[in-house]
Amino acid sequence: MAENLKFRNPELAQNIASKIKSLAPKAGKIKICHVCGTHEWTITHYGLRSLLPENVEVIAGPGCPVCIVPAAEIDEAVQLAQMGIVVTCFGDVLRVPGSQMSLLEAKAAGADVRIVYAVSDAVEMAKHEPQKQFAFFAVGFETTAPSTAVEALGNPPKNLSFLVSHRLIPPAMELLLGVGDLQIDGFIAPGHVSAIIGLKPYELFPRVYRMPTVVAGFEPIDVLMAIYMIVKQQSEGTAKLENEYPRVVKPEGNIKALEMMNKAFTVTGGNWRGIGRLPDSALQLRESLADYDARLKYGVHVEQGKDILLGCECHLVIIGKIKPDECPMFLKACTPEKPVGACMVSNEGTCRVWAKNVAAQG
Amino acid sequence: MNVDGSKANVDFGQGVLREVNVSLVEAKVGDYVLVHAGYAIQVIEEKEALETLSLWNSILEATPQ
Repeated sequence: MAENLKFRNPELAQNIASKIKSLAPKAGKIKICHVCGTHEWTITHYGLRSLLPENVEVIAGPGCPVCIVPAAEIDEAVQLAQMGIVVTCFGDVLRVPGSQMSLLEAKAAGADVRIVYAVSDAVEMAKHEPQKQFAFFAVGFETTAPSTAVEALGNPPKNLSFLVSHRLIPPAMELLLGVGDLQIDGFIAPGHVSAIIGLKPYELFPRVYRMPTVVAGFEPIDVLMAIYMIVKQQSEGTAKLENEYPRVVKPEGNIKALEMMNKAFTVTGGNWRGIGRLPDSALQLRESLADYDARLKYGVHVEQGKDILLGCECHLVIIGKIKPDECPMFLKACTPEKPVGACMVSNEGTCRVWAKNVAAQG
Repeated sequence: MNVDGSKANVDFGQGVLREVNVSLVEAKVGDYVLVHAGYAIQVIEEKEALETLSLWNSILEATPQ
């Protein structure tokens, strides 16, 4: 759509930036938190922080679904691979360090680990190689979980199983509010997670926590607009849930996708790398799909892994307590080519986003 | 582009055509869809996109400097 260019229009951006400047309170800081690696990419790549007044800050929460997979679950995937099962996963996941090794290192040692673009690719592979056992490592937030559900419910081949590591975003947002010294004043909610879950899951943030919350799209104008809307709410003393992205996000979300998720999964407590256990924050396959649950099928379960390596500060980066350049390893011992922590491995990791867009930093 | 059961051919621009699973959306030929990891997760309303742009313009004009 030609209109797309308007979503990146520099004049419009300057216009919104000056409106933000005129609204931002003279005293006191506004700290806005987003929870999406792609939002961090847009903000960093387009240099949006350089457009904001000094007292408006945007921090990145745990919006990287690969970064928050606990080392224990990487270890489970590695175990499956070492048992001779073909492990399929999204590209990012391959280099995430487990307690002993990453899936890439397991592959180098002879395991059959394959990158797929979509879970349906894993299904096709399993159908074409019936003599092998396959497992799909299902990582991702609510944007990705529905596709896993579609395949798990679609009578997949018996030689395929799922290692489910999906996580849910709203519990992570709630966690951030409990981190006392973070002092968040507003949330930018992730647009594509919201395309699935709709607006309802965020209602508690303005209602209970008095937190202005705006669901935003991923073009630079979308994000600037959302920042403007939050700052405007702050200046008026209101706390509302607003939708900046109605062209994609319906208030009810994607009903079909939610139904599929509900049919395939139950919600359970889950561990988040660098954060710990969050109640009601993870998905696991329902009993009716137990035959496709890789953990049950092969008896793999790792209780505790080595989440954070010595010197790594990913656990502080993912909750927005420090910025990547405040980590002593950033771009020294830890680079995109030789990453130490998960935040530098994943394309949605805050550290990798900063490292790859360093020129754009104001 | 064309729909066949749960799959559709989607034009990603510049002549790139990919098969996408559309079982999560109600899409017809000609619709724009949001695709994530090989699956369409939402139909994009062009009308909404245009309305959003005009709404932004009116917000920006209305706010006092």
